[in-house]
Amino acid sequence: MTTAKAEGLTLRDVTITLKGKRLLRMDLTVPPGAVLTVMGESGRGKSTFLDFIAGFLKPPFAATGEILLNGRDITHLTPQERRVGLMFQTPLLFPHLSVMGNLLFALPETIRKKRDRIVAAEQALAEAGLAGYAARDPATLSGGQQTRVALMRVLLSEPQALLLDEPFSSLDRARRADIRSLVFETARKRALPVILVTHDEEDAHAAGGLITHL
Amino acid sequence: MAQRFQMKTGLGAGSPKLPTLLLFVLLAGPISAGLLGTLLPAFGYLPALGASDPSPDAFRALFSAPGIWTSIALSLGTGLVATALSLGIVILFTAGWSSTRAFDNLRRFLSPLLSVPHAAAAFGLAFLIAPSGFLVRLVSPALSGWERPPDLLILNDPYGLTMTAGLILKEVPFLFLMTVAALTQVNVKSISRAVASLGYGRMRGFLITAAPQVYPQIRLPVLAVLAYSTSVVDVALILGPTTPAPLAPRILVWLSDPDPAMRLKASAGAVLQIAVSALAILIWLGFERLARNWFFRTSRTGRRQASDRVPRFLVLTFVIILVAVTASGFGLLGLWSVARGWWFPDTFPAQLTLATWREALTTGGTTIWTTFVLGAGSAICCAALVIWLLESHTRAGNVPGNRLRQFLFLPLLVPQVSFLFGLQVLFIHAQIDGTLLAVMLAHSVFVLPYVFLALADPWAHQDPRYARIAATLGATNSRIFRKVRLPMLLTPLLVAIAIGFAVSVGQYLPTVLIGSGRVSTVTTESLALAAGGNRSLLGVYAMLQLILPFIVFSLASLIPALVFRNRLGMRPTSTH
Repeated sequence: MTTAKAEGLTLRDVTITLKGKRLLRMDLTVPPGAVLTVMGESGRGKSTFLDFIAGFLKPPFAATGEILLNGRDITHLTPQERRVGLMFQTPLLFPHLSVMGNLLFALPETIRKKRDRIVAAEQALAEAGLAGYAARDPATLSGGQQTRVALMRVLLSEPQALLLDEPFSSLDRARRADIRSLVFETARKRALPVILVTHDEEDAHAAGGLITHL
Repeated sequence: MAQRFQMKTGLGAGSPKLPTLLLFVLLAGPISAGLLGTLLPAFGYLPALGASDPSPDAFRALFSAPGIWTSIALSLGTGLVATALSLGIVILFTAGWSSTRAFDNLRRFLSPLLSVPHAAAAFGLAFLIAPSGFLVRLVSPALSGWERPPDLLILNDPYGLTMTAGLILKEVPFLFLMTVAALTQVNVKSISRAVASLGYGRMRGFLITAAPQVYPQIRLPVLAVLAYSTSVVDVALILGPTTPAPLAPRILVWLSDPDPAMRLKASAGAVLQIAVSALAILIWLGFERLARNWFFRTSRTGRRQASDRVPRFLVLTFVIILVAVTASGFGLLGLWSVARGWWFPDTFPAQLTLATWREALTTGGTTIWTTFVLGAGSAICCAALVIWLLESHTRAGNVPGNRLRQFLFLPLLVPQVSFLFGLQVLFIHAQIDGTLLAVMLAHSVFVLPYVFLALADPWAHQDPRYARIAATLGATNSRIFRKVRLPMLLTPLLVAIAIGFAVSVGQYLPTVLIGSGRVSTVTTESLALAAGGNRSLLGVYAMLQLILPFIVFSLASLIPALVFRNRLGMRPTSTH
């Protein structure tokens, strides 16, 4: 799998070390719309792996290798320049902003007109089944609704890949399947390569892609 | 190879070096320059006054001052006793009552006391227990038979007992809040559960297991209290002995003397003050060692002291009395400020009037405005510097080290009078003494540590993932700072500014010395009134010392409540 493909997220000969000790090695490509599931117990470096791709790796961790996103070498770019979207265990909506404020924060500056920005955000809300929630305080939303808003927030920033750090683990069983399929469905529609970190077998199964164990 | 990823992968490249240097200069600069300016004249070098040959004359004059050894003993004694009792009350109260309703309730009472200037607390105590004070009036003449204030030396007693009590009133809230902060670092709940299941009483269990972990964390604040108490001026002027007075207030008297020889004597006294405070700290370190040995030995005896109801309720009573004394003192300040014709032995004033307030607010407008400008100016400047420092650390991906934290206690460990005197000499030389800016600079030396301590922890506890999400959404470092980090920290930021403001309002010595008597605040004004007989006007100015910080603290809680009125996640209880 070392041949570079122009499309998708390619990890070329990536090794992450902790104080010189090797944590993991990856050499693969996640095609657009596909999901790579990374499983393993806590402390095995799952989140560190995502940190590396998103651009947050800090000492004592270190890494070698290259990250290519749609043919673009992003290994040395800042997190801002990488265009890699990130979702955590909790939705982490900015608590001081409204739902609309959260979405507008993510929308690129290239959409200039205020009217256009609001329309784009409202469309995203409708897509998540949350039309009419724009003015709400995020803290008054249910966990599932918050995760939906968080998904729309990350999508509005027009990422070229998605990194999911156990984003479903805070949801109850009933909502979980719903949200999960919404996320994977949307990623497929937009042809985004996805890396999912989880220790839930069901999540891994639902993702339907390649599964690696750390 | 491995190195190169680490360079660009953080949240940017802001370097904490510049703000750290600035902070260092702001604190160490005035202190070291001031100490030098004190040392030189003490050894006979003060060209402005025509003294340029090194000589021990100043010290000779100092040690021949009448009662100098009594002054030294008073400074040492009141400082050590006030510190030991304050710490004892705080530790025993925490041991007996931590994680109970009573503890949380008293915490709510004690927290606001932290922002009360020492002088105001001392005046409140004076109005309560003076021979013509409220308590004597309460029993006069019916029970005591006194038609005139009894001739008792309750205030300014020769042993400094009242002064010690006045210091305890203020130091207990301070040490208490420091202890509460330290408790969050130690897993007290599980420790106390463990020792309780071994059959230990609550207090003894806490003392031999949790206290040795808590003390190292509050050690610097304790030493700061000790250094402060051994060199305090304003409380000593209000409540302390006068024949002779403790060392620090005597130095101030010599300083204010127009005779050049007295100024040299004063600088020698300021050097002696360092020695006295240092000696107090040495003695304290000795006590620490004894206490450590005692804890070590007693924890191995297996004594359980399972029933500790009596000591628990004793210490609770003591803390309640302390809160009651402070609160009724403030009540009396307020009552005096609106009293007309409150003659002894009337328990309450014959008439209430706002005339004194009206008079003070018209004639004292400049004083109030000056107090406000100094407080707001120094607090906001210090907050800006602290934010700069914290933000640059965050961008560099680390937090300010422990060394910096310890360094911040420097201005609180050096006796104020010892370096402010030298700083005044320098400022006179530079012809900037008596200006608002110079006084603001001097205030900032004491405001900065508190602003830092108030802001650093909330800053560090903010979930870093918010900034990461913002970064992956494409937000620049400065946008993350302006739109995410700062608004989310609005409440602790405003509280830090309010604390800084309160610290500035309470400053007496820096204002008097660096202001060269030309800058007057509500605190210096109240001290100036202390000697006179106008208790109503004194009451007004003492109340202003409480009201000004209160207004700013109210704003600090009102503004976020208003801005975030529709944001449940920004309520004080839900901050991480």
